[in-house]
Amino acid sequence: MMTKSKKLGWGFFIFFIPVFLWLLLLIVLPHIELLRMSFTRAAYLKQPGLTLSNYFEFFKEPIYWNTFLRTAMYSITVTIIVLIIGLPVAFYITKIASLKTRGFLTILILIPFWVSELIRVYGWMIILRESGIINHFMTKFGIWKQPIEMLYNDAAMIMGLVYTSVLFMIVPIIGVMDSLDNSYIEAAYDLGAKKWVIWRHIIIPHCMPGIISGCIIVFMMVLGSYLTPNLMGGKNSLWFTQQIYNQFILYFNWNMGAAFGFLLLLMSSIIIWIALKLSGQNLKEVVK
Amino acid sequence: MEIALSVKNVVKKYGDFTAVNDVSFNVEDGKFFSILGPSGCGKTTLLRMIAGFFEPTAGSIEIRGKNMANVPPNKRPVNLVFQHLALFPMMDVKENIAFGLRRRGEKTPEVMKKVHNILERVGLPEYADKRIDQLSGGQKQRIAIARCLVLEPAVLLLDEPLGALDLKLREHMKVELKKLQAEIGTTFVYITHDQSEAMVMSDHVAVMNTGRFEQIDTPSNLYNNPASSFVAMFVGNNNKVTGKLAKDESGNFYVLDKNSLKYAITSIKDCKEGDTVGMYTRPEAIIINPAEDKTSFNRTGVFVKAVLFDGGNSRLLVVTPTGQEVLVALPQNHQFDYIKKGDNIVIGWDPASSVCFKETGAKMYDDEI
Amino acid sequence: MKKALLVLLVVLVCASVAFAGGNKEKAAAENKVLRMLTWTGYAPQSQIDEFERLYGIKVEATPSSNEEMISKLRATGGSGFDLAQPSQDRVVAVVEEFGIYQPIDYSKVNTDQLDASTLAATKKYTEYKGQSYAVPHVFGTSGLVVNKKYVKKDPKELDYTDLLDPQYAGHVSYRCKRPILCAMGFALGYDPFALYSNPTEYQKMLDAVGAKLIEGKKVLKYYWENGDALLQGMRAGEIWLAKGWEQGAWKLYKENPDIDYVAPKSGAMAWVDTFALPAKSENVEGAYKWINFVLQPEKAAEFTNAEGYGTASKDAVKYYTPEAAANFSRCFTPEVMANMNWYPTVPSGLEEMEGKILDKMRAAK
Repeated sequence: MMTKSKKLGWGFFIFFIPVFLWLLLLIVLPHIELLRMSFTRAAYLKQPGLTLSNYFEFFKEPIYWNTFLRTAMYSITVTIIVLIIGLPVAFYITKIASLKTRGFLTILILIPFWVSELIRVYGWMIILRESGIINHFMTKFGIWKQPIEMLYNDAAMIMGLVYTSVLFMIVPIIGVMDSLDNSYIEAAYDLGAKKWVIWRHIIIPHCMPGIISGCIIVFMMVLGSYLTPNLMGGKNSLWFTQQIYNQFILYFNWNMGAAFGFLLLLMSSIIIWIALKLSGQNLKEVVK
Repeated sequence: MEIALSVKNVVKKYGDFTAVNDVSFNVEDGKFFSILGPSGCGKTTLLRMIAGFFEPTAGSIEIRGKNMANVPPNKRPVNLVFQHLALFPMMDVKENIAFGLRRRGEKTPEVMKKVHNILERVGLPEYADKRIDQLSGGQKQRIAIARCLVLEPAVLLLDEPLGALDLKLREHMKVELKKLQAEIGTTFVYITHDQSEAMVMSDHVAVMNTGRFEQIDTPSNLYNNPASSFVAMFVGNNNKVTGKLAKDESGNFYVLDKNSLKYAITSIKDCKEGDTVGMYTRPEAIIINPAEDKTSFNRTGVFVKAVLFDGGNSRLLVVTPTGQEVLVALPQNHQFDYIKKGDNIVIGWDPASSVCFKETGAKMYDDEI
Repeated sequence: MKKALLVLLVVLVCASVAFAGGNKEKAAAENKVLRMLTWTGYAPQSQIDEFERLYGIKVEATPSSNEEMISKLRATGGSGFDLAQPSQDRVVAVVEEFGIYQPIDYSKVNTDQLDASTLAATKKYTEYKGQSYAVPHVFGTSGLVVNKKYVKKDPKELDYTDLLDPQYAGHVSYRCKRPILCAMGFALGYDPFALYSNPTEYQKMLDAVGAKLIEGKKVLKYYWENGDALLQGMRAGEIWLAKGWEQGAWKLYKENPDIDYVAPKSGAMAWVDTFALPAKSENVEGAYKWINFVLQPEKAAEFTNAEGYGTASKDAVKYYTPEAAANFSRCFTPEVMANMNWYPTVPSGLEEMEGKILDKMRAAK
């Protein structure tokens, strides 16, 4: 005889096994192999055994950790900019726009994401480049005497990153902002609060879980993005994912690449942990 | 006495729709003023105009003699208790109450002193550190009011704050609220669709219908001397008979219903002979088996369709031979315990206890309780 | 009962996985599919279709690059593909280090239709422990792509060092990859290929070349990443001088004769892309068939006419269009050919040294 609870257990196993296999085969095992690789030397050197040399190399070479820090700082900057843009947009969509325009606006925000990141980035390049649309009109109407190169600098790169990630901030914030009763905002207003006080004390605390999950998604996306910094950043753009790609693909130094990969994983985990601590949220709450 | 709130010829239009139509009233300092009306009558719109969330299309609102035109809600000396209270769940009780004080830039020790004072006044002194979700419905109620009162507003506006409570608590809070208001002495403007709330608590009640005030009066006057058919129907229970107003040869008025039955009436307000009128008689004005010597009474034999037992508020539902349903108060002094469903009894009432108004044909209200 | 169910489930999962794998193997075993790692344009659809009609073998061509070919085959230990097209200089080192290719059986290659000297050179350059690992296919060069409207200097005098000339500031482009290091090395008077075997000296050269390139970075507009982007830039007049391949330059020449390929004074960098057999190729026979098929003179010429690159096919020249022939005779004069620098095999570890210099170039302001 099977009891009911055991039957439930069976169902659980049937669905759990594929998930478990998937995690094990595609996530856990490759990472173990990469971890092992990051602690060994390249094969042609014929020096077996564990070593920390790949990690030492990272700290010895200023290019590597400069790029690492630069990537971290820019990712945080982009996340903050995206948050600053995303909050009012989410507020407008959930609280101000009528029900009809609301759907329309959401679709408007979603549409650019139906095309691939590459196409989106090329779109920006067509607009900003020296022979691009803006320069064409500006010189045609005599506003600028000479075409100006607006691409291939950090500002263009940040703009591209902001553009490609802003949706991933707006959607989770819309989710929580929707559940914010308008009367809280009105009550605060009635009790004498100015607009920024309402944001600071009512809207932002209420939306915190959405804000944090949006920030985590955006931060991870930006940190791990490859195309946008590469294509829009130009000759001075350095992004840590590029370094990892270069180590793996161009210089055949998988060991160093693996070490870099783990450093990036470590850094993102630490930054997210700090952000959660600072905002007083916990991960359970945020992923809910 | 000083006028705390003065509303003059206020109109609010949304396109073609007029939500509030030429409303004027004054509220004296320290009074409990209610606006009673069915949902959709414009009372919430009116309240939000006073709070400052909407600007009137025409007319003016003055608070303590100051015109409030273009003064935003956060600058008005009024505070609003919201229908669902809107206590901030992200703050504890004391921070909720301190919110408004802090916005005025008051120092923390000062703020905390006031918070504890007001908590004491609403009878919840030990609740300062509780979270909002730890409070019961009635406690939330009092905290929401305390949060406004601590700011010492010229007028406290309340938007059906008892609506979400269950019946027993509502009954209790009615009395509490009245007591609190009397103690603190702040002017209350209270809107509700529940006539009993308005009657129990208020010094004055304005009955509102389709954007207009039908009558502003004391609760007893509203009940006893309704100024319109709407007030007569909306405030308390009333039996209505529709018919033509006529005069007999001795000059006494009577209402002739569609079955040619005559009902004598003395109070005809501004109705004229020949008008189609509604005649209203309160259930408690109708007497079961009236004494034979009351010759002036309207009298009729009726069939008891149902006994509606409701304690002190018990009634009989009876039907006249012409099919008119009438509610009759059933005093609970055991005198009429013998009356059962299906009995035939005689009822009668003094023509002076009926009033009549010109029949407008308009629907009074939908399924509003 | 329960255990039996679990076992059944596991068996089902495994079986479905095995079947999926098995099907593929079966198809390959019957030589029905040829999975090829190649370069964009190397396997034109028309030739794929014709090949399938002739031999009944379906060709699945994956466009790739040298680095990707190595990484992909390295990750699988040389399986997953039946034929690859690495550059001649990227064969021996990976055979030695990762063993991802198998030796070529030249008796199965129709060597009569190949240019004897090219074949001999490829055999020599891809020899490891007495066996050779590649058949030459396409060759090409990288030199300078010049817009003569803006760059007035005598083309005969142009060299890679002109990529650092401040008068072209903001209108220069090259890739941030190893060829620019070797090319600049030649232009600065080194012989990078001779230094391949001497890491210390090579490092010195890299340091000097890196310093020069970093100094000249302000002249650079951007490091180009793909050929189309470079063509766009040149076409729009944003780029005047770039390091690039003749193929792209000739495309632009057709549209605008101001833009042309110029072999630099210190010599164009020449490369050969080959055919190599991955170690675990499942359709070796099909691979040889494809090699012999595309190296026929008509097929090779068809490719050259379309793409611009020359091939190792001996008699293909006869089938060139006048335009292609003119391109070759204009840009590849005998002097240019004699001055060509052919890439030798890259020894292990070199890329790491170069990688650091390239990273420094990227990081420099």
